[in-house]
Amino acid sequence: MEKKELICIVCPKGCHLEITGNSDGLHVTGNGCKRGVIYAKKELTNPTRILTTTVKVKHGLSDRLPVVTDGEIPKESLMEAMRIINKLEIQAPVKSNQVLIRNLLESGVNLVASRDMAEL
Amino acid sequence: MLQYDVIVIGGGPAGLAAGIEAWKEGAKKVLLLERDRELGGILQQCIHNGFGLHHFGEQLTGPQYAQRFIDEFKKLGIAYKLNTMVLEVTENKEVHAVSKEGGYQIYHTKAVILAMGCRERPRGAIDIPGTRPAGIMTAGTAQRYINMEGYMPGRKAIILGSGDIGMIMARRLTLEGAKVEAVVEIMPFSSGLNRNIVQCLQDFDIPLLLNHTITEIKGKTRVEGVVVSEVDQDRQPIHETEVSYDCDTVLLSVGLIPENELSRDLGAGMDVHTKGPVVNQAMETTIDGVFACGNVLHVHDLVDFVTEESQRAGKNAARYVRDDTRKTGKEVHTRAGSGIGYIIPQSIDCEQIDEDIKLFMRPRAVFKHVKMVVTGDGEVLKSVKKQRMTPGEMENITVEKSLLSGKEYKLLSVDVFEEE
Ligand SMILES: Cc1cc2nc3c(=O)[nH]c(=O)nc-3n(C[C@H](O)[C@H](O)[C@H](O)COP(=O)(O)OP(=O)(O)OC[C@H]3O[C@@H](n4cnc5c(N)ncnc54)[C@H](O)[C@@H]3O)c2cc1C
Ligand code: SF4
Repeated sequence: MEKKELICIVCPKGCHLEITGNSDGLHVTGNGCKRGVIYAKKELTNPTRILTTTVKVKHGLSDRLPVVTDGEIPKESLMEAMRIINKLEIQAPVKSNQVLIRNLLESGVNLVASRDMAEL
Repeated sequence: MLQYDVIVIGGGPAGLAAGIEAWKEGAKKVLLLERDRELGGILQQCIHNGFGLHHFGEQLTGPQYAQRFIDEFKKLGIAYKLNTMVLEVTENKEVHAVSKEGGYQIYHTKAVILAMGCRERPRGAIDIPGTRPAGIMTAGTAQRYINMEGYMPGRKAIILGSGDIGMIMARRLTLEGAKVEAVVEIMPFSSGLNRNIVQCLQDFDIPLLLNHTITEIKGKTRVEGVVVSEVDQDRQPIHETEVSYDCDTVLLSVGLIPENELSRDLGAGMDVHTKGPVVNQAMETTIDGVFACGNVLHVHDLVDFVTEESQRAGKNAARYVRDDTRKTGKEVHTRAGSGIGYIIPQSIDCEQIDEDIKLFMRPRAVFKHVKMVVTGDGEVLKSVKKQRMTPGEMENITVEKSLLSGKEYKLLSVDVFEEE
């Protein structure tokens, strides 16, 4: 396999990774820690991302409640996930980490609130 | 009388961490004043993840990171007032504030912690030619509209400036169904983190145009389009390179400025490079008993460092009140040498060093394979190798207590040198 370059996005350092591969698997250099190796392998086979967005909330301090997936979902399903999440409308009060959608897109990952929001 | 030990101005992550730490160090009459309707500061609108990796060892969103500090602050029962705007801090430590409920209020305190954060540079600060239609706003304003108020700022956008907020908003708009035509950056490099170039721009095929700027904004009542031009080495537009884009929105992400009206009026010494007050290792400004931390001091890219710095400010404010700790005047000044834009703290009181000193600084350009060298009056104290440095990422270097105690250096300098 030819040489591939990636920037690790696991932490703010953003290490420049170089990946070469042969039949035994992929060889990664340039990583500042071992999470870089895991990232590189995943990024080349099945890239995933955490999704953060907002949902409509009624009777809260703000009109939108920030939400986050409690794990990573496949990168190509981000837009599809948005379409589902945008249909959601919830009522305050909400607690941080409260589950709003279970098993989003059968990914095994839940959508949770990322802050408390008191009822107004 | 409204008498306090420590008054904290600003309820963002800096103010919260400083207040908590002052309380833990024994200052029990602590009051935090916040002009917004809730605690948390700017983090409440920064809904993306990536916060707290250093401090908590996990990836939190901005609101999640803020929530942890808000919960602790409230659990300790520290006093705070919302919707309260501080107007003035005087040298004898009176804090003047207004609110709808309390009217004009004057508080007396032994120590003050300035934690007012920063704001974004507006359009006026960068002079783009053209008309002044609706649809031009800072990226942070758009962030608040979308993430908190539930308004969509536009359908087709161009973003000027490739700082982290600009790139994060490029992704945010795209997820919400808008089209981001490009992120336009005048410098030859992005001022944001590499991971944001990947996960905010490349993931969504949004072009990043380096060495480019907006040279015209079109539209009478609403933005109708912009002209983007390449710039030469002196950052002057090259005429033949003009490209027109249709768009209804222009987001500006052209830098943050510490919010220091209060500090300046108070007469605190200011650093022209950071645009924040000058501080020593205790985060104390040139005014006795007035401390500063967070983005009011210098613009941070990671909130984890804000927390660390604010805890130091809180701890030292409490000590100032409790032990009557005063500056001894035996200071070594720090100097940003070659390749470095600024250093925090600007001075170190050598008689009061109680822990290793962490110097924070910003490189002036992109460097590869360099070393950072710390010298005391020309004598090399320490040298650290760096594979890569960029102005978008704050650097820090620890100067061990043992390197400074007992020495009487006048000037501590940090320089960047090429590795032989
Ligand atoms: C739009 C924007 C987006 C950002 N995005 C990120 C990001 O994604 N990741 C990141 O790590 N950093 C980000 N930053 C930087 C971020 O500001 C810091 O990480 C961190 O929030 C700084 O904390 P702070 O407490 O110093 O400031 P802030 O969080 O700004 O808090 C300052 C507080 O002081 C209050 N205040 C100001 N003046 C007064 C007054 N006179 N009286 C009473 N209250 C006052 C303000 O209302 C505010 O609540 C962003 C900054 C901005 C402006
Ligand atoms: S390799 Fe490790 S240190 Fe480097 S960016 Fe990835 S997570 Fe961070």
